[in-house]
Amino acid sequence: MTDSLLIVGAGQAASQLIASLRQDGFAGAITLVGEEAYIPYQRPPLSKAFLAGELARERLFIKPEEFYAEAKVTLHLNTRATAIDRARKVVTLEGGNELGYTALALTTGSRVRKLPLPGAELPGCYYLRGIADVELLQDKLKAGNRVAIIGAGYIGLEVAAVAAKHKLKVTVLEALPRVMARAACTELSAFYEEQHRKAGVDIRCNTKLEAIEKHGSALAIKTSGGIVEADFVLIGIGIVPNVELASAAGLKVDNGIVVDDHARTQDPAIYSIGDCTNLPCTYSTTGRIRLESVQNAIDQAKHAALSLMGKPKAYNEVPWFWSDQYDLKLQIAGLGDPGDQIVLRGDPTSRSFAAFRLRGGVVAAVEAVNAAPEYMMGRRLIAARAKVAPERLADKTIPMKDMA
Amino acid sequence: MAKIKYIEHNGKEHVVDVKPGMSVMEGAVKNLIPGIDADCGGACACATCHVYVGQEWLSKIEPMQEMEKTMLDFAEGVEGNSRLSCQIKVTDALDGLTVKMPKSQH
Ligand SMILES: Cc1cc2nc3c(=O)[nH]c(=O)nc-3n(C[C@H](O)[C@H](O)[C@H](O)COP(=O)(O)OP(=O)(O)OC[C@H]3O[C@@H](n4cnc5c(N)ncnc54)[C@H](O)[C@@H]3O)c2cc1C
Ligand code: FES
Repeated sequence: MTDSLLIVGAGQAASQLIASLRQDGFAGAITLVGEEAYIPYQRPPLSKAFLAGELARERLFIKPEEFYAEAKVTLHLNTRATAIDRARKVVTLEGGNELGYTALALTTGSRVRKLPLPGAELPGCYYLRGIADVELLQDKLKAGNRVAIIGAGYIGLEVAAVAAKHKLKVTVLEALPRVMARAACTELSAFYEEQHRKAGVDIRCNTKLEAIEKHGSALAIKTSGGIVEADFVLIGIGIVPNVELASAAGLKVDNGIVVDDHARTQDPAIYSIGDCTNLPCTYSTTGRIRLESVQNAIDQAKHAALSLMGKPKAYNEVPWFWSDQYDLKLQIAGLGDPGDQIVLRGDPTSRSFAAFRLRGGVVAAVEAVNAAPEYMMGRRLIAARAKVAPERLADKTIPMKDMA
Repeated sequence: MAKIKYIEHNGKEHVVDVKPGMSVMEGAVKNLIPGIDADCGGACACATCHVYVGQEWLSKIEPMQEMEKTMLDFAEGVEGNSRLSCQIKVTDALDGLTVKMPKSQH
């Protein structure tokens, strides 16, 4: 039995691990070390309702402060862990203090990828990962201000939607030929591009960046397609997993801290959960993956808790994700692959439709826009590795419930 | 403030004050009441905040939007009085509301 669990990184994964362990009757001591000033909070609203000023800060916290007191968690916030000594089972904190453990969970998440471009360090260039970042952005969100968003992934496009709603002049610069290229099919990319254009957003794909320069009180972004002037720049070009603690301690790292389907690293005393991990995934064509989602943080934490309680159960949940832009709720389940057959169900012009991805006839993923039945049933079909004929999937007269 | 009674699946009752503007889901989470998972944090994307609403309250709470209705359709153990608690906004008019939690959210 584990008698003292130390968790490094106070985010989505950490809060779920604590909740699941205490619910299952874990009696050991729990200590949580977090670099940020806050108890664990949700990040999804940071680029959505919280950025838009529609959600008070207190509503971001996943559990209230009392939860940690009640769960007898010793909190060390504003504290960075700097090293792990696996032989002595000790973690060193910034300042030199040490904390011992019998089990350690690394839930260090990820950080933004920095844009390697001359001028990207200038004042007026922002990134978005934490509450502190949003607080810097919020007073820039004024009607008439010009924002250049670098990167047309989810975060960039969600910010574009919020900024367009606040009547800013929005330009999105993307190096690839289409928006959301990493996670969505071409049909979906085309749909979202059009929605943003209709909202007045200037989307420029295939755009190479040359430099950002100061231009009076504004910034000038030099691109292959000319100069874009902006009052501020938001950079959203992806994340980097926080693996340094693990790799310095000799744990295996390969695009994330390598774990098994119980969130265990190769050191039996060390678990790792969430954005920072590279995990086995039977839904991925490569067999392993690094996921950046609330679902993964939560489900992996639940399985780590089961393992810590001596009731291990292999993690094999279908990955899922959502994104809110304008009045469009995108829900994605499963993982896409470039070779997939795409089957559309519903008409994009109705603003409610879904793209299914078939792999060898098996439903491998669904990307649903304002289409909950397609998404929810899609999740079940993916989990069941169900084969569904493309003509049936595309036929709106057959209800999703009858697809199984 | 609205008083809301949450009844766990095992019958255990919790009566708490919830601030208007918060959701019924948040009222449970902030007060450490078990039985609501709320994986997506209220984005109407996960259907793990399912509750049964006291019959007499059905007409007093805001009706369901399409997204909630269709998400619920695929949850476990759905009844005529099922709702997703993250989509019920607390108002003074909901003072006295009773909700019951299902056996499981998954
Ligand atoms: C703007 C934004 C929008 C998003 N939208 C969605 C969405 O719509 N849907 C979705 O599913 N996902 C979304 N995500 C992703 C989701 O938030 C993450 O996948 C999730 O937070 C991962 O949880 P985690 O616990 O692994 O990491 P985090 O929640 O990032 O927590 C890790 C914590 O560890 C801390 N830490 C790191 N190193 C150390 C150290 N050495 N010592 C102490 N502390 C340390 C970090 O500071 C951080 O607080 C979004 C993310 C962002 C940034
Ligand atoms: S909390 Fe996810 S749908 Fe209500």
